[in-house]
Amino acid sequence: MGRKLLLEHINVPGINTFQVYKEKGGYRAVEKALKTMSSDDVVEEVKKSGLRGRGGAGFPTGMKWSFLAKPEGVPRYLVCNADESEPGTFKDRYLMTHIPHALIEGMIVGSYALGANTSYIYVRGEMMPQIRILEKAIAEAKAAGYLGKNILGSGYDLEIYVQPGGGAYICGEETALLESLEGKRGNPRIKPPFPAIAGLYGCPTVVNNVESIAATVPIVNEGGEEYAKIGIGRSTGTKLISASGNINKPGVYEIELGLSVEDFIYSDEYCGGIANGKRLKAVVAGGSSVPILPANLILNLANGDKRLMSYESLSEGGFATGTMLGSGGFVVLDEDQCIVRNTWNFSRFYHHESCGQCSPCREGTGWMEKVLHRLEYGHGKMSDIDLLVDVSKKIEGNTICPLGDAAAWPVASAIRHFRDEFEWHVKEPKLALERNYGLAHYADPIKIAEEV
Amino acid sequence: MLRVEEVQSVEFSSALISKFDEIVSRYPEGRSKSALLPILHEVQAVYGWLSSAAMDKVAEYLNIQPIEVYEVATFYTMFFLKPQGKYVLEVCRTGPCCLVGAEKIMDYIGQKLGVKEGEVTADGLFSYRGVECLAACGYAPVLQIGPEYTFYENLTPESVDQLIENLKNK
Repeated sequence: MGRKLLLEHINVPGINTFQVYKEKGGYRAVEKALKTMSSDDVVEEVKKSGLRGRGGAGFPTGMKWSFLAKPEGVPRYLVCNADESEPGTFKDRYLMTHIPHALIEGMIVGSYALGANTSYIYVRGEMMPQIRILEKAIAEAKAAGYLGKNILGSGYDLEIYVQPGGGAYICGEETALLESLEGKRGNPRIKPPFPAIAGLYGCPTVVNNVESIAATVPIVNEGGEEYAKIGIGRSTGTKLISASGNINKPGVYEIELGLSVEDFIYSDEYCGGIANGKRLKAVVAGGSSVPILPANLILNLANGDKRLMSYESLSEGGFATGTMLGSGGFVVLDEDQCIVRNTWNFSRFYHHESCGQCSPCREGTGWMEKVLHRLEYGHGKMSDIDLLVDVSKKIEGNTICPLGDAAAWPVASAIRHFRDEFEWHVKEPKLALERNYGLAHYADPIKIAEEV
Repeated sequence: MLRVEEVQSVEFSSALISKFDEIVSRYPEGRSKSALLPILHEVQAVYGWLSSAAMDKVAEYLNIQPIEVYEVATFYTMFFLKPQGKYVLEVCRTGPCCLVGAEKIMDYIGQKLGVKEGEVTADGLFSYRGVECLAACGYAPVLQIGPEYTFYENLTPESVDQLIENLKNK
């Protein structure tokens, strides 16, 4: 069993309430921070912890905090990004539903560290039930004196508000989120200036993912150095992984970074293997935006060593043979799944969600969706495959925000690793409509070895 | 494309206006436009959709131009610009849900209701549409129903039958 820092008490009845959360050791981090630490001390602990942003980019949280500008007389803001919309990712919903106070406590600690007196939690609008849960948790914390004026007699004031989104994936991008929070369309801003200099209302702002903020609680409680002992290399601590697709036990799991991918997929503690006795075909390891990998490359590195659930190991080999940890949205595809169809589906998603600001993304995502649609539905040409690669390259790196890259990578990687399946759709269009390509030579090496 | 449906003018209730006032108090002085999305959610929860008259009224309340409301209402997918069924079944149609049968569930809902995506049933009770990832991939296939956005998970044809029956009798 790996250590649990965020979900340790997930099964305790009533853990969603202030009282039970506190009985289980909750709000100790607020007491410790406000009574015994300066705000710079808290930033220092988070730096020492090596915590990396859990929303997908993996940027060190402590460093992000230390970049915050602190001009005299200008308010600063902490904004929590709870716009969880990356396909395959549902960990933040889980955390907010079951242990809302973990986020509220982290918000208080983080706001104190940054010197923010008003903080916002931007929750995707569809999560109305979670918005109500958080509002209740905030009211409970306030009634207990952990929010409001002069918290615990420390002289520190803080109000936290929950802001609903409107159903737009792009608002998970931090500058689009800030635009949305200002009551506008979610069009990402050109950086620089970065939010740390000019964010919400033009004031210095830090935007952090739900899980990153919640992780600061055990970091303050146990110290950054202790936290950094968990995990492997520069992938410190624990990570929530959202596991979905064709597995026996879909759900949210807290893992110590460094667990092998094979253990994560096949052990009963986590995914419990592939559902219905099928074999593994491919995995999208970090949310739909990261490159898809065939079974052999997700389980093992190109050199044959086991691949691990860590930032470094998942990206080992670059995009030629690797992928990314991303948001930890771990989507498993079994042998019956069609890579072309799955890629088309993801392309439709990005086309739908492009804000339309940059031409390469606005137009390119639509072209990719259309070309993939005709390949899937039996009207494709062999030249379409290279056309897709070409379009994806013209989007990648040519847009204001990373949505363009996120749209390009799944297409490029699917063709990189499954080109023969795309070719088969062109050569055998009728067959491709009737059945799936199957495993071909991408078979799960473990199961094949057993059969032999 | 924005096609604004015409309706007669609307008057917000005093309860709704006090809710708006509370929302506006969450933001610093002079930043009341931040209240726009939460207010549009409140309006839609009452009226079921956003008419141009309602949006104009919101603009008036926030002291902003009507276009500032329209551009937001048309950008975000949760806002309806025409009347919907009383219950809008929003089925997730993104990758992870489709790996475990979301497309079949959506087809089934269409057959069951006897309408196409986006249309309203004759009794005015139901409409349905595909929506993008709802961040519930581990409980797929899923659908949600506003304005509370209640979640229905691990859908099967049987559970869909049951859900529709329950809503009819509500």
